Amino acid sequence: MTLAGAKASALAPAPAGRAARVSRKRRRSEAPWAAFFLAPTALGLAVFYLWPVVQTFYYSFTTWGPFGGHTFSGLSNYRQLAHDPELRSAFVNTAWYCLLGLAGVPVALVLAAVLARPGRRGVGFYRAVLFLPVVTMPVAVAVVWRWLYAGDFGLINTLLAKVGIHGPYWISDPHTALIAVAAVGMWSSVGYTMVILMAGLQSIPRQYYEAAQIDGAGPVRQFFALTLPLLSPSLFFVTVLSVIGTLQTFDLVYVLIGQTNPALPQTQSVVYLFYQEAFVNNNRGYAAAIAFLLLAVTVALTGLQFRLQKRWVHYA
Amino acid sequence: MGIRTVAAAAASLALVVSMAACSSGKGSAGGKVSLSYGVWDATQVPAMQKIITAFEAQNPDISVTVQQTPWADYWTKLQAAATGGAAPDVFWMNGPNFQLYASNNVIKPLTDLHQDTSVYPASLVKLYQYQGVQYGLPKDFDTVGLWYNKALFDAAGVAYPTGAWTWADFQAAAKKLTDPAKGVYGVGATLEGQENFYDTIFQAGGYVVSPDGKKSGYADPNTIAGLKFWTDLIAAKASPSLKQMTDTAPLNMFESGKLAMFWGGSWDAKAFATNDGTKTGISVAPLPTGAKKATVIHGLANVVSAHTAHTAQAEKFVQFLGSQQAAQIEADTGTVIPAYNGTQQEWVKAYPQYQLNVFLDQLPDAVPLPVSRDTAAWNTLEANLLTKAWDGSEPVGTVAAELATQMNAALAKEGS
Repeated sequence: MTLAGAKASALAPAPAGRAARVSRKRRRSEAPWAAFFLAPTALGLAVFYLWPVVQTFYYSFTTWGPFGGHTFSGLSNYRQLAHDPELRSAFVNTAWYCLLGLAGVPVALVLAAVLARPGRRGVGFYRAVLFLPVVTMPVAVAVVWRWLYAGDFGLINTLLAKVGIHGPYWISDPHTALIAVAAVGMWSSVGYTMVILMAGLQSIPRQYYEAAQIDGAGPVRQFFALTLPLLSPSLFFVTVLSVIGTLQTFDLVYVLIGQTNPALPQTQSVVYLFYQEAFVNNNRGYAAAIAFLLLAVTVALTGLQFRLQKRWVHYA
Repeated sequence: MGIRTVAAAAASLALVVSMAACSSGKGSAGGKVSLSYGVWDATQVPAMQKIITAFEAQNPDISVTVQQTPWADYWTKLQAAATGGAAPDVFWMNGPNFQLYASNNVIKPLTDLHQDTSVYPASLVKLYQYQGVQYGLPKDFDTVGLWYNKALFDAAGVAYPTGAWTWADFQAAAKKLTDPAKGVYGVGATLEGQENFYDTIFQAGGYVVSPDGKKSGYADPNTIAGLKFWTDLIAAKASPSLKQMTDTAPLNMFESGKLAMFWGGSWDAKAFATNDGTKTGISVAPLPTGAKKATVIHGLANVVSAHTAHTAQAEKFVQFLGSQQAAQIEADTGTVIPAYNGTQQEWVKAYPQYQLNVFLDQLPDAVPLPVSRDTAAWNTLEANLLTKAWDGSEPVGTVAAELATQMNAALAKEGS
């Protein structure tokens, strides 16, 4: 790892005292211009993201009528949150989606490693094929998977029957439904993770491997001593995104499972419950409280990841 | 359906946004008033267009555009639009949602029209009255019948259903018609109130919600018997399991010849007539008799948004929609049974291949679809809780008792 360390210190900026002062002065005179150029984006962010967040926070302390009009009801929504068994199971389900989603990262790593090998042919083709699910509409994906999963006439069970296995009703059996939903989620996100990791792999200079080879390191040692540490920033990035993304699982549950599915309690995610409360049951205030709790959990988990990254992420 | 759902969701989102952005923008350009008309059923859009053409010919200063939103998103979108004061000027209303809209002053009373309502079935007129005031003019109605596949009956050597069938006859036939080797079932026990368990609840002498809308009927032993009718059929494997029906909707199973019988509405006639599997070879009979005869009747109404900028024109359009001329157009296209008395026979004639008079003959025994002020709240409870009885994980009695408790709590909330 000496090589990587040397490179990092050489690239780190080391401003001398005078230079720093000059740049600070310049920065001050440029500030209005920076603000001017940032304004359109910042304004959009404020109006379409930050303001709704503030509003949602306020609404989480209110009770809503079916056609607007709300009354302040203090902490009653949050008190209801604490005693809602449905919410608890939705969080457990969402945690499973999160963990199973993370299991997609090693899969993507293997795919990326195979495809990123120097001299491999047809990389573009495989990359495109594996990336295809990422750019396909989630609902279209879910509809196709519904057919594949169908118990009596689905492709999966038809193939299983050929080898003598009687497949379950994948998406309506409470035992398999969550895995079935998570598998589709993994299938549709693995391409994205793979592309990020491939870029990470390709940015590792070849010379390191040559040097390691001269030092007598085998492929396994190379992977753990070179590839993994140098890829860790990319891995950190995809892990954070995967956690945030899976915490918001909704569309797959909505289309694959649906309201009268016997497996709904075992598959319903927090965002699905939020949708149900906000738009079907008209409890907008309570739904706002759910949204806020989910936001708090997301912030906490992401914060934890950033804290833990010091232990395993190496910025070369 | 899923692709349409997402497309519709995207479209409706765009619509809500654009309508919110320029809610004052729609209106009179050059003295011509344009109205929007919100509907959900795509198969009825051609008939609606024909009616609009006839209306516009009589009223050259008014133009009407149809806004179709699929059923799955219709109410969600309408509620969001109404909250923002941007609902269509005129739109379709159904029984379960009516009281919610009327009690929140989202729709206008139609007292100024002085419409003679004796031309519609009385139960429909009453369905759209809130505190004695008429808010909607009946558009159409539907009842439930027993659709059956003749070929599957012939193959099993079972006589076609008749109006004399009792529950026992029906259950025996359903079992006999089931052929596991071919994946054929006697009937599909869809987890659906209007077409399935409400009908049997009423046939058993039970009720869903008390007439004053304050008490749930699910603790009533007769009501439970009506639910048990279906769970017994599933347990006897004369119906596909809930898991199978989640994979493939019973309607689709019936259309592909996997179900011998299907409890469906009069509205299914048009879809069946255009589907290759059901174009011929099927017919319809009255529902079997339990403790008594019963079928659920429900109908839509046209209502005027309370926030419309063109009240006079919108009311004029609603009146035309409720006229004999409009009903005649609906009947001729054969989409639904028009509410205007005397035009219903035309609808029967539109499909000579089925015996559609069955739906009209059952009218004396028809029971209105159960509704209250916030029907959606306990409809969700029904879907969530009855699932457990349908998949056999809990006994019907236990589930029904739990449902009664939760539904009573929901009904109590409505009163305030």
